[in-house]
Amino acid sequence: MNKGDYTVLVADDDPDYLFQTVKALEKAGYRVDGVESQAEAEAYIATHKPDIAIFDLMMENDDSGFILCYKLKKRYPDVPVIIATGVARETGFIFSLDTRNEKEWIKADSYLEKGLRPEQLDNEIMKLLNL
Amino acid sequence: MAILKVLVVDDEPGIRSGVARILNNFRVTYPFMDEDYTFEVIEAATGEEGISIIEKTHPDIILLDNKLPGIQGVDVLDYIRNNNLDIVVAMITSYASLDVAVKATHSGATDFIPKPFTPQELKSSMEHITKQLYLKRITHRLNEEGKKVRYQFLSVLSHELKAPLNAIEGYLVMMKEKQLGDKIDDYAVPIERALRRIQGMRTLIMDLLDFTKIKLQRREDRLQPVDLAEIASDSIATVRPYAIQKEVEIKLDKKSDATVLADPGDMAIIFNNLISNAVKYNVEGGKVEIILDSTDDEVIAVFADTGIGIRPEDKDNLFTEFVRIKREEIKDATGSGLGLSIVKKVTDLYKGTISVESEIGKGSIFTVRLPKNKSGFNDAKHEITGKNS
Repeated sequence: MNKGDYTVLVADDDPDYLFQTVKALEKAGYRVDGVESQAEAEAYIATHKPDIAIFDLMMENDDSGFILCYKLKKRYPDVPVIIATGVARETGFIFSLDTRNEKEWIKADSYLEKGLRPEQLDNEIMKLLNL
Repeated sequence: MAILKVLVVDDEPGIRSGVARILNNFRVTYPFMDEDYTFEVIEAATGEEGISIIEKTHPDIILLDNKLPGIQGVDVLDYIRNNNLDIVVAMITSYASLDVAVKATHSGATDFIPKPFTPQELKSSMEHITKQLYLKRITHRLNEEGKKVRYQFLSVLSHELKAPLNAIEGYLVMMKEKQLGDKIDDYAVPIERALRRIQGMRTLIMDLLDFTKIKLQRREDRLQPVDLAEIASDSIATVRPYAIQKEVEIKLDKKSDATVLADPGDMAIIFNNLISNAVKYNVEGGKVEIILDSTDDEVIAVFADTGIGIRPEDKDNLFTEFVRIKREEIKDATGSGLGLSIVKKVTDLYKGTISVESEIGKGSIFTVRLPKNKSGFNDAKHEITGKNS
């Protein structure tokens, strides 16, 4: 399979960040679906199965990303999830997925700071998709 | 009613019991205090005993004799100062020598009670001390609250300033890496979006300037009779190009004379914000009506629009800084999140009120009421010279 066979779901309520991420991933070769809210992402998950998902942490709720993670994993346990947020950079509130305890609590596979270079994001996706 | 703990450190038992008896039924009250103060007296015969009581019970006030059997009163003062304790100390001393007074004042004593004293002398000293303590604590609390609010404001502000920069940077990176193609036309959307974010940032900066302006000390000499109909006309003229673009009609209806004593700049802030909001959150072909009216003692300005309306759950936060309501219909609007909080601050400053009624999908009505009389204006104490009011 090549990258064009994989669908990436991106949820972010900042339309600019969403636009830029979608374009960067399309350029990298993926099929990409972008949604602008937790509600839209939930509706998407109900009818589609993406191959990987990237969720912004804070959308309608401060923990929208975590909620989406939980719901996606419940329905499709095998789909990897990346939480992308600028929260640490802006608030100094830091969390990681380094311990088992944290992995159980935050059901994401990877946690990334926003502002990544497109190729870094591509690398992370390839890693999680075993490409 | 609040109880203040008073520690009396004196080697004469008669002084200690005298203080306890006098303060037992004494109460301090000032009009500016939230509550009355009464006293609970604790006794210590030596400085050492005094310090151990200070450690255990944290008194609010200490009446301290300087001449003690072991360590001296000034040593107790040093202990209090070195440990940064929030305690007001008054020295009781029989020989009020200048030397001791100077030394004690340097070490943080705030008052002197000469020995022997009459009950009335003690009481008036206690009134003075209580007032000082109250003011000191209030000041401290206000400073802390001020710091907290400033910190929150700055952290949100820095986020609001960084967000557009991140977005614009992202678009420039797209162009640099030619992610969308080789032709400039391929980048029409990014360019449009970047310009919009720059516009949003400019709005924020302009609003911030308004914000700092209203926080500055008011100058009474800027107060003058202001005809709100003129202010409204100016604001309408400013917003009109945008209104024409959105096909929103703006009407001004002056039912009676609407003149207030105000700073014209402040009034412009109110009208500019409310009128531009009424247009911005309106529908195509919608209407904005501004009605000016007055009663004997206040002027009323009503801003009615036929816009998208405000959800009941959003009303509570409407006037809070940086709270921008998220709605599908307005996701492209470039608000700073400061406009309404500024309007609220200005109306508060004039002891006026602002209220809102709204129905979703039908429109919103903002009503501003401002007192006509200048006595309503906060901190305006003097007559305005050279102007008729």
